[in-house]
Amino acid sequence: MQMHDLPDARGHFGPYGGVFVAETLMAALDELRREYEAAREDPDFQAEFHHELRHYVGRPSPIYHARRWSEKLGGAQIYLKREDLNHTGAHKINNTIGQALLARRMGKKRVIAETGAGQHGVASATVAARYGMECVVYMGAEDIKRQSPNVYRMKLLGATVVGVESGSKTLKDALNEAMRDWVTNVESTFYILGTAAGPHPYPMLVRDFQCVIGEECKAQMNEMLGRQPDAVIACVGGGSNAIGIFHPYIPVEGVRLIGVEAGGEGVATGRHAAPLSAGTPGVLHGFRSYLMQDANGQIIETHSVSAGLDYPGVGPEHSWLKDSGRAEYVAINDDEALRAFHDLCRFEGIIPALESSHALAHAAKIAPTLDKDRILLVNLSGRGDKDINTVARLSGIEL
Amino acid sequence: MSRIAATFAALKAAHRKALIPFITAGDPVPGQTVPLMHALVAGGADIIELGVPFSDPMADGPTIQRASERALKHGVGLRDVLAMTAEFRKTNTATPVVLMGYANPIEAMGWEAFCAAAREAGVDGVLTVDYPPEEAADFAAQCAAAGLDNIYLLAPTTPPARLAAITRQARGFVYYVSLKGVTGAANLDLAEVAERVGMIRAESGLPVGVGFGIRDAETARQVAAVADAVVIGSRIVQEIEQSTDAARLDNVRLFLAGVRAALDA
Repeated sequence: MQMHDLPDARGHFGPYGGVFVAETLMAALDELRREYEAAREDPDFQAEFHHELRHYVGRPSPIYHARRWSEKLGGAQIYLKREDLNHTGAHKINNTIGQALLARRMGKKRVIAETGAGQHGVASATVAARYGMECVVYMGAEDIKRQSPNVYRMKLLGATVVGVESGSKTLKDALNEAMRDWVTNVESTFYILGTAAGPHPYPMLVRDFQCVIGEECKAQMNEMLGRQPDAVIACVGGGSNAIGIFHPYIPVEGVRLIGVEAGGEGVATGRHAAPLSAGTPGVLHGFRSYLMQDANGQIIETHSVSAGLDYPGVGPEHSWLKDSGRAEYVAINDDEALRAFHDLCRFEGIIPALESSHALAHAAKIAPTLDKDRILLVNLSGRGDKDINTVARLSGIEL
Repeated sequence: MSRIAATFAALKAAHRKALIPFITAGDPVPGQTVPLMHALVAGGADIIELGVPFSDPMADGPTIQRASERALKHGVGLRDVLAMTAEFRKTNTATPVVLMGYANPIEAMGWEAFCAAAREAGVDGVLTVDYPPEEAADFAAQCAAAGLDNIYLLAPTTPPARLAAITRQARGFVYYVSLKGVTGAANLDLAEVAERVGMIRAESGLPVGVGFGIRDAETARQVAAVADAVVIGSRIVQEIEQSTDAARLDNVRLFLAGVRAALDA
């Protein structure tokens, strides 16, 4: 089996992935797998998906040469895949359109979602409005405080936002609560999972929907420059924007794939969200992957300036890409990400999401070490309007 | 014969149904777990389900989530739960103990180390919520080699062919989840439970336990009329949560004795 043909029939990427859920959900996941396998081969489904991406999301998103910033850094040329220009401001909508079409195909009228930064929640509320479905979004109480504009956005779109007070009150707890809702309402409800994680078939189907990013890049790079980049760089929380741009490049020789995790206050401090850099394999949220955990197998609280990267696990395909050596994973600290955030604002007139700023920061770190004819393609996975309160507060400014 | 099989055989001979209470190890404090286990036996427990605390209990409702959080505040891990079981075994060698929890603490310890330590501690069965049979074949084999019964869950949503396949590889007893939802919810459908238990019995001679959503003596009696065992979790954890330190052991024992009386009536 080729590396890019994974997962196997039961959702395994080598030792990772799989289906680790309570028995009540097994039948629903099996139904979803069968339905998705049929949709994947159905030209009408694919045609509608791509029609929506073009006319509703605004795809293809452009690739932009960050010329001034590259010059300032004095090395490799940095190109940005502008997922921030999508409708709702991030890559998340690619996946929610795909899953909402699946939900409609399966006759489900109610959708639920978990969200960290609120981007996936907004993207889910958006498609629920677009297709006339009831939408409930679970969000950690801590994240609700950090991301109030997105909370209001979801409400404007007609979604119910449920604050989650258990555990660390962040993304992982929202995911637990969404799973509990799904167990309880499994017959009427479609769970729109926000990242390429969770039990099979989610890591596969989210990846497939997000692969439009990497497929476009291959065609656009060829058209613009007649060549592919030397490295593709993307931030990794659960890892959906990264797998979406990496996956089509897996068989392309000579293209380095670099995933950037949230180093928080520094990986050495233990206060971070970088399971691939400093975690060990385990089972959480229905799949096996690298996790942040203690010696007892309890999940450790994560820390990142970016709510969207504040997750103790990572999609199983990334664990496999790490072990196989096809992709490399690094961590960028909060302060480095913030510096890249400000640089992109000032040198390119683009306000990036704090999540994406981690990928930008790594590009800024390696660009000066490379020749000027080298090309780094960064997935600018979202825009940063949602983060301006956080950034202002860190700069000591009250808005 | 395993301790679980022996327990069910003795109950069957006496025309009685098994009462299986659940508590979370370390809740509210580690020092009270073994006394609570003895109180459960005094109240009429036939088998004890001992919950292994986990940071992310996805299949549990708020009551058992809070129990896990209380135990984790004291740093209670799987090794501590095994030590508590060993302590209980010093004075009780008859009552089976089934560990109930999630995969990751077992993953972190390692299957082989866990099975050996569980056997050594006097554990009889293991119920891992998020190890469905497809992912647990190797683990189940190691449990069997160590003399541990790997107990599987069946749900209202389990299709008939899958129900049959799981039942045939089950050991100890089969645990039927009586509702669609998390632990402690309240939407139990007795007619459906009776039908499902019948389907499970058609596949296997193993006893069938029913749990999730049984909150009082009357419901327990009704469920016991169609099953071999009744599992009560959230309701007991609630008793533990709401009792003062001084009254806790008595309250738990008296609550369980009320259920026992209804089952035996």
